[in-house]
Formats: sequence, structure tokens, C-alpha cells
Amino acid sequence: MALLQIVEPGESAAPHQHKLAVGIDLGTTNSLVATVRSGLAVVISDELGRPLLPSVVAYHADGSYEVGYEAQVRQTLDPRNVIASVKRLMGRGLKDIVNHEAMPYDFDDVPGMVRLHTTGGVKSPVAVSADILRTLRERAEASLGGALVGAVITVPAYFDDSQRQATKDAARLAGLTVLRLLNEPTAAAIAYGLDNGAEGIYAVYDLGGGTFDISILKLSKGVFEVLATGGDSSLGGDDFDQRIFCWILEAAKLKPLSIEDASLLLTRAREAKEYLTLHGVAPISARLNSGEVVDLKLTTEIFTEISQTLVAKTIQPVKKALRDAGLSVSEVKGVVMVGGATRMPQVQHAVGEFFRQEPLNNLDPDKVVALGAAKQANLLAGNRAADDDWLLLDVIPLTLGLETMGGLVEKIIPRNSTIPVARAQEFTTFRDGQTALAVHIVQGERELVSDCRSLARFELRGIPPMVAGSARIRVTFQVDADGLLAVSARELTSGVEAKISVKPSYGLTDGEIASMLKDSMAHTKDDAQRRALKEAQVDAQRLIEAVQSALKSDSDLLSAEQLARVEAAIAALQASALGDSRRQITQAIDDLEAKTRDFAAQRMDKSIRRAFAGKRIDALEGAASAAGVGEHR
Amino acid sequence: MDFNADHFTLLEMPRSFRIDSALLDKRYRELAAQVHPDKFAQAGDAERRLSLQWATRVNEAYQTLKKPLSRAQYLLSLAGHEVDANNNTAMPSEFLMEQMEWREAVAEARLAREQSELEQLHHRVKQRMKRRYEQVAGLLDDQQDYPTAADRVRRLMFLEKLLFEIDDAMAALDA
Repeated sequence: MALLQIVEPGESAAPHQHKLAVGIDLGTTNSLVATVRSGLAVVISDELGRPLLPSVVAYHADGSYEVGYEAQVRQTLDPRNVIASVKRLMGRGLKDIVNHEAMPYDFDDVPGMVRLHTTGGVKSPVAVSADILRTLRERAEASLGGALVGAVITVPAYFDDSQRQATKDAARLAGLTVLRLLNEPTAAAIAYGLDNGAEGIYAVYDLGGGTFDISILKLSKGVFEVLATGGDSSLGGDDFDQRIFCWILEAAKLKPLSIEDASLLLTRAREAKEYLTLHGVAPISARLNSGEVVDLKLTTEIFTEISQTLVAKTIQPVKKALRDAGLSVSEVKGVVMVGGATRMPQVQHAVGEFFRQEPLNNLDPDKVVALGAAKQANLLAGNRAADDDWLLLDVIPLTLGLETMGGLVEKIIPRNSTIPVARAQEFTTFRDGQTALAVHIVQGERELVSDCRSLARFELRGIPPMVAGSARIRVTFQVDADGLLAVSARELTSGVEAKISVKPSYGLTDGEIASMLKDSMAHTKDDAQRRALKEAQVDAQRLIEAVQSALKSDSDLLSAEQLARVEAAIAALQASALGDSRRQITQAIDDLEAKTRDFAAQRMDKSIRRAFAGKRIDALEGAASAAGVGEHR
Repeated sequence: MDFNADHFTLLEMPRSFRIDSALLDKRYRELAAQVHPDKFAQAGDAERRLSLQWATRVNEAYQTLKKPLSRAQYLLSLAGHEVDANNNTAMPSEFLMEQMEWREAVAEARLAREQSELEQLHHRVKQRMKRRYEQVAGLLDDQQDYPTAADRVRRLMFLEKLLFEIDDAMAALDA
């Protein structure tokens, strides 16, 4: 797929060494890992040929754990220590978790993010997710025969900043280099768009196990542009199971259940839901520990009726996203269905009715996200030629703002802004001699701080004492390509500058992550020191390759003297990467980075000039009408 | 390329209110393709940082020029006529009266759950805005009458706000 007319001379000519990169769909119910092999995206199955890994982790008293089908088997026997649907807990405090009373876990209401008491110790949702990710990393490395350069991890488009940060932390904990956090519907659009050469406006309706996303995209040759996104980060297939479960309790007139019996009936509910996809009636039978016997029949009609409000709940965000994109239903060319829960006939029906067209079901709704992520990982790892390339323009799902006087939200970056994006806002002091300012960062669409999600708080100190209203404090929000926020604040008057940068950490401090990293090493075959050394060596190799490829295309930007200095720094890094001192490697990396900083700036400049050169050639080739307007400046 | 160049220079578009939006889209995509962080996922820290800054800058330029209101405001600020809404609230009373009438109509339709009435209001405000923007184009591009253009842009800010409220009311009725 050609994006630019101009081919970069240095890049396409050099035969690339294929780098091992994967896409991971970390799902509420199931997780998958995929990669691109000989140009084709494929899901990597386990040794028994099973592509899915149930997102279930069983913890044992001796500190060991099981992930996947083995853990799922233990779910009804030991519900307190077998953690399922952990994605619903990521980056969440107890009060944020919908229906947590119905979950069998022993929660600890830690501010920021809940913890779970298990027989294997206290676990944060990040650690549980890391155990799933580690299993997938090991599966991929065994199958591909080497260490991964990195992974693209998918997240629901509607995940807020805390949930994204928690997912990235989990990947780090699992020993993965995160190439990018990618929104699930966007990943699906990549897989669908590339495979079908789709162009035009597409909607991706993604109903997973525990999350719902809707994204509206504009697909054109080599560009995937998200116009708007919306959703509900606690609505999914699990909720349909819950509805059936409640129906069983009522229909069979059951007394209050033990945890084990509840867990068994929930499993029966899920099985009935899946059975109804292909059949009109599902038998539900179970013998409970209490001695009671359940013997019921659930019809499609009843299921449709009891789940009607859930289906309707997904249509609201669809309308909103369309409105945000400034589009009507008739402008949507296709609706791509993603997520196992879209198999339910009533969901298919409701979506088809709303969009007035048959939804597209020609991709496996369980795999499409992982396959798209694998394609993006392959691109980011540099395995594709410059002329076989695409550009991804994604957005933030929720408005970012600051608390101002009276508990009101000052909106700084509106939802659906294309990322990366930065916005600055100036504030002032309201008391004479005020020397500190509290900054409270929130995310959400509501006017009141108390109705939005609190992301982080910090204080800017050292403001010179001044009359109220004369200080000028500039607060800058920067959202990167992963959709993650960094905030900095500066006082600008009287030449005095105070500056602080925060990277909100949502309940997990860097220290906590470091110690979790150490703990997790102790329970696996990995030797922490060896792993750290290997990571430094991989970083060194990555940097050397990046600089060498930069030199190949742009060495003319450097004087002979500068070139010699850079080459000497490369040689020094190469030498230290062969040794076993992590410290030396890190120092040599820093040195090479420092010596190529100006070079990087010059190259960026050249890239931008090249974009313009590309346009002039187009103009010559005949786009006369449009190009003529651009000539006079 | 100068990082601090104005948005028009950065995207190599003529500095005018009337804009070839297909060309703007094309220039934006070409430039974004060169600087986007996805192109630098394997690069060193310095290049990745630069890429983030440049991609942010390019997005800002595009978003500002894409929408007519922000494009007009930006052109005025380049011409030294800042549209400062907070310090220039003295609008003619007949304009403010009209705004109040519009707003009452929206509130009534919302209360009465009249979706079709809201749609009509939406359509009428849109029509009004279209004429106003055509007027602004003449004032900015042909007459270079910046003070009058600034006044018309301030009125358009009211209308944009009104449109937002109508859409909000329609969304509320959907729910």
C-alpha cells in the first residue's frame, strides 16, 4: 500500500533482518498473541494447538500459579483464589468496580487500585495481568525461537488514563517492551482494512467480555484515521451471563447461594449464552452443594428480553460517536463486528437495525484484534519497507481537565482529539503571597470534579510571593501516541521558573513496580540480573541499528569530525554490549544518545522538507487545480 | 523547517480563510507520515522525543486550520487582532436578545422532548452560520477588514456554542 510517492533511499534498499515482534490482545475473558510470519498475520497457539488463553489465573499457597484452561478448571472449586476478568479491575478503586459485591474475591480497598487477597499473597490487578502476559510472552518466544524486540498491547478505546497506565505497567512487569498501546477497535480496523482494501467510513462495534467500544474511522489509501470513539469500559459479555444467572435464581426460586454454587451457576449461564448462538433453546441443569437441583430451559426470546437494556446501552455510545464525528448513519459504509459477545443474535440484530445494513462478520471476532495488533507490531519493529506502510491517527476517548475554583472542571484537551496532542493553559494565584498551587488532573465529560475520574494531584511549589492574580502559571498537558498523559507546570513571571513533571502512576508507585518485578523474578526461571543485562543489550542493539540506518541515509548532514565522533561512540557501545556490565552498557548508550542529539534534529528537519518535496512532485504530475492554490505563500 | 513557523507555513497552505480542505488534508497526512511516533518506535530517545514534539505540532496546526472558527480566530491573531471573548462581551443588544430567544427555544424543545423541533433549530443555526462564515471570508480575504471580522467571529462563537447546546439537548433526549 503506497503512502508517499517519495521512497526513502536508505530504507528500502537495505535487506532488513526480521525482528521478532508480537501483538497481544489482553482480553477480559480470553487473551491471544499473534505475529507476522512470512508476511501473514497468524495467532500463536499453545503446544496443544489452542489459540485462546483464558484470562484466568489460579494462585496456590506455595507461590506458584497457573494461567489459562488449567486455572479455569479450578474456578468453581476455589473461586476466591482463581482470578477471572481481572481486566475489569485494572486501574480501578473498589468503588469504581461495577457489581464488585457479586465477585467472589477478597478485596482490599487500597486507594487508587484494589488489591486481592489470595492464598498466594496479596495481588494487584497489574500483577495478575502480568502473569497472563508473561504466559503469552513465553509462548511466543518458544514458538518464534528468540527474544522479542517488543509487543503491541491492545486496550479498549474507552480505557481512561489509569487503565492504560496499569496495562503498560503489567507489560513491563511481564518483561515485555511495549512498542505501543493500541486501541482494540483500531487494531480490528487495521486487520479488516488491510485484508479487504476497504476505503470510506467504517464503524467498529467491539463488544468484548467486559468492555464495549465503538470507533468511527475514515479509511483511505494508507491512512487509518479515527474520527470519534466512545463506549463503556464496564459493559460486556459478562453482564449477559449475569442476567441469565439472575434469571436462573428467580426461575428456580433458589435460596441464597454459597460462593461455590454461585460460581457453578454462573458457568452454566455462560454455557447457555454460547449455546443460544446456534440454537433456539438452551437446557440449564445443575446439582448444587445445597442439594437443590436446577433444571430449566432458556429460550432465545427470554434471553433477548432479559438482555434488552444491555443491548440498548451499547447503542447510546454509537449515536454519540456518530454525532461527535459529524456523520449520519447513511454515511457509514460498513460495520465491523469484533469481540466474542457480538456472536449473540440479538446484538447482531440490534446493530443491523441501527445502521440499516448487515454487519460485517467475515473476520473471526475473537482473533481480529490480535491479528491487527500483530500487523502494527511488525510495522513498528521496522519489518516493512518504506513503500509498504500505513499511518495511524488515533484519538483520546475522554476529555482531560483540571480542577478549578468551586470544584468545577476546566477542560484542557477535548475528547476525540487526535494524538499526540498538547495543550497549555495559564492560571494565576488567588491569595496575596501565595507560594504554592495545587494541581488536580481529572478525566471525563462532566462539569463537576466529583463526577469525573481523578487521575493525579501534585503541588507546584516555590512560586515567588506576589499580589493575588499576578503570578502566571502555565500548566501543560501532553498526551503521547499511547494515549498516556504527562503534565507539567511552570511559573513564568519575574524570571523565576519552577517546574515539575508528573507522570501519574495510579496507585502503583515506581518503587512498588520495582519490588513486584523482583518478586515475580523469584517465582520464575528468570534470573533478574541476567534479564536486566539482556534488556540493556537489546536496547544497545536497537540504538546501534537505528544510528547506523540513520547514517546510511543521512551521513551527509554531518561534518567528517562529527561523523568520526559518532562512529567512535558506536564502536564503544558495541564493545561494551559484548561485556556483562549493565552499567557500562547504559553509560555507552547515554553517550551515543548525547552525540547524536543534534543529528536527530537535523534528520527530522530533512524528513519534513522531504514531505514538501513529495508534494511538489505530485503537483508536477498533474494535480493542477489543487496544487496551484498552494504555490503562493 | 522552523518549529515555530505559523500553521499555514508549516502545512504550506496559503494564508487565507477560504481553504482547499482536500489539499489541507493531503498536506497534513504527508507531514504526519514523516514525523509520527510510529515511524520512530525503534529510534533512540532523542529522535523519539523530537518526533512526539513535531507530531504534536503538526496535529495542532491541522486542527486549528481545519475548523472555520479556529481558522478565523487564528488568522485574526496573526493579523494582530486577538479575539478576546472575555474582554469584549459588549455585543449589540438586539444580537443578545436574539441569542436569548434561540436559547429559550432550545430549552422549551428539550423540556417538551421535541426531537424534530431540535433538529429544525439545528438546521436553522447551521444555515445562519454558513452565511456568517461566507461574510467572514470576504472580510478577511478580500477586504482585510479585521475589526469587523473580529466582531463577526465573536458572534459566530455564540452560534457555535448554541449549536453545541442543541446537539447536547438532542443527545439528552436519545438517552
